[in-house]
This record gives sequence, C-alpha cells and structure tokens, in this order.
Amino acid sequence: MEGLIGKKIGMTQVFDDQGRRIPVTVIEVGPCPVVQVKTTETDGYNAVQLGFEEQKPHRMTKSMLKHFEKATVKPCRITREFPLAEGEEVKAGENVTVGIFDDVKYVDVSGISKGRGFSGVIRRYRFAGGQQTHGGHSKRRVGSIGACEFPGEVQKGKKMPGHMGSVNRKARNLTVVQVRGEDNLLLVRGSIPGPKNGVVIIKKALKK
Amino acid sequence: MIAKAIDMINAEQVAKACEGKEAPEFKIGDSVKVYVKIKEGDKERVQAFIGTVIARDGGGNDATFTVRRITFGVGVEKVFPLYSPYIDKIEVERSARVRRAKLYYLRKLTGKKARLREAHRAPKKSSK
Repeated sequence: MEGLIGKKIGMTQVFDDQGRRIPVTVIEVGPCPVVQVKTTETDGYNAVQLGFEEQKPHRMTKSMLKHFEKATVKPCRITREFPLAEGEEVKAGENVTVGIFDDVKYVDVSGISKGRGFSGVIRRYRFAGGQQTHGGHSKRRVGSIGACEFPGEVQKGKKMPGHMGSVNRKARNLTVVQVRGEDNLLLVRGSIPGPKNGVVIIKKALKK
Repeated sequence: MIAKAIDMINAEQVAKACEGKEAPEFKIGDSVKVYVKIKEGDKERVQAFIGTVIARDGGGNDATFTVRRITFGVGVEKVFPLYSPYIDKIEVERSARVRRAKLYYLRKLTGKKARLREAHRAPKKSSK
C-alpha cells in the first residue's frame, strides 16, 4: 500500500532519545476500509480505493451507497485512490491501518493549504513594501509593475495581489517520529499543509 | 479523540519525564540547582547549573524555565525544558519573596541591587 488518508490534528513537541525537542504534527491516519479494488483486467490498471471517516447514509447519493454496500463497507465521507504495487493483494472490505508506516522513515503529506483570501503582495509574495516613514505613500503597495511604452504591457506572471492559499500542497520527506498503531496516530516532524481537522494524504516518500 | 490525542501525547511525555521522580516544584525567584546530564562521547555525566529562576513559560510538556546567574561578572541565562529527559533533578536552595512572575528587571541590576528578599516560608526540598 502506497499511502493512506488522514486528518491533521495539530502540533506539539516530543523529546527524542537524545533529549532534543522535536516539533511534530499529529495526524490521525485511517483506519481506511478498502472500498474497491481495481485490476488490470477490469479497469486497465492496479489500484485500490480507500475510504476515510464515516458519513451518515442520508447524506450520500444512492449510487455511492450502493458502491459502499458492494464492498460491505460503511459509507465514507472521503474516498481516494492509491496505486497498488504488483503482486500486492487486498480485498474489498478490509481495513488498512497506520501500521503500513511502521518501517517507513520518510513520508510525503499533501493537503489543501489554509486559505488566506485576497492577499496583498507583502503577504503573498514576501515583497518588502515601501517606506513606512518619511512620508511614504507606497507602504504596502506593489510598486512599479513595468516600464513605459516599451514593452507597453505588463509582463505575464507579474506578482500582484490576489487569492492566496486553499491550493493543494505537499510537504515532502517528513521524518516519521512515531507510529502509534492502537491510536491510529502518526507523528511526523515539522508542519504539514492545511488547517486542523483538514484531510491529508500520507504517502511513503517518493524521493527518499 | 481529536483534541485529546495531543493531550494524551503531552501527558505521556510529562509522565515519562517524571518517572520515578517527584514532579519538579519550584517558584519564581527561587535559587535552584539544576542537575543536567551531559553526554561526552559515550560517557554521561551530571553537571549542576546554579542560579535564580527568573521565568517560567508554557504549560504541559512545552513548559520551560529560565535560570539566571552571574559568572565571571557576566550574566548567563539558560532556558531549560522542564520535562527534558536531560534534567536529572532540580534542587531548591533558597526561596525569595518576589512580586512579579517574570524577574527580567534583574538583568539591569548588578551587585547588591540584584539581590532578592528571602522568603520566610521554609524552602521546600524537592527533586524532579
């Protein structure tokens, strides 16, 4: 199994075996029921669809309810597909737990970052801004956005105020600090995208 | 379970630090002796840092305290994580009567002015 669905719980610190303080993010991971197994014969590729967090049946569409019924799984609020390695076998209805990260050192965590709304350039692109004193009129403004008649237009991709956040972001190569199988918790070093209670996807690190 | 998960982890850390020891008990203004384990290569020894507690910060397993002392005429402050596994024990040598939670004003004072009035309560001997 490549990864799992989880929920960001928050941050705290733990002491490692050398007595150092380590900032950690606590993620509730799984248990994720296998909702559907896709195979090369039926779908053209190998994958599993995992569910996460129960949902009340009256909030689901009938077609989705049947989909879960087929796998004898309770309706889930979130479903995600993960590739399945060759030779790996799972059955619909089984539960996948955080235990799959037991021997994993690094993970990638992706989620939707916190929304910042319409933000100015100082927050959005870390512009320095203008002078605050000596009669500065350009305190938090963009400043010049280009030259005059040549090129006669604003360059494409010019950094300007606009909507910030609420986009999918991935934190790569986070060290796994602790795997707590019975509590379904995963502790990773450092921060991860998104607000508390935000849904995140945890995968084994791609590049480590 | 969501909010409790972090509390649980924090409580676990605190419990681990206090294992087999009494919970550290000292107040602002106390003169303390902090026994810190120091690793040198694969040897471990204990070193004491003696000074005045001028601040306590944070709660739960994030809690820290600041100890100030004057060494060779230079003020030295150390911030210790209260529940660090590297703190062997904390001994209270003297207690002082102070009216502030943070004694940062001591940084500006030297010599006789930097003294604190001794508390009349009996200093509690406590070890972490």
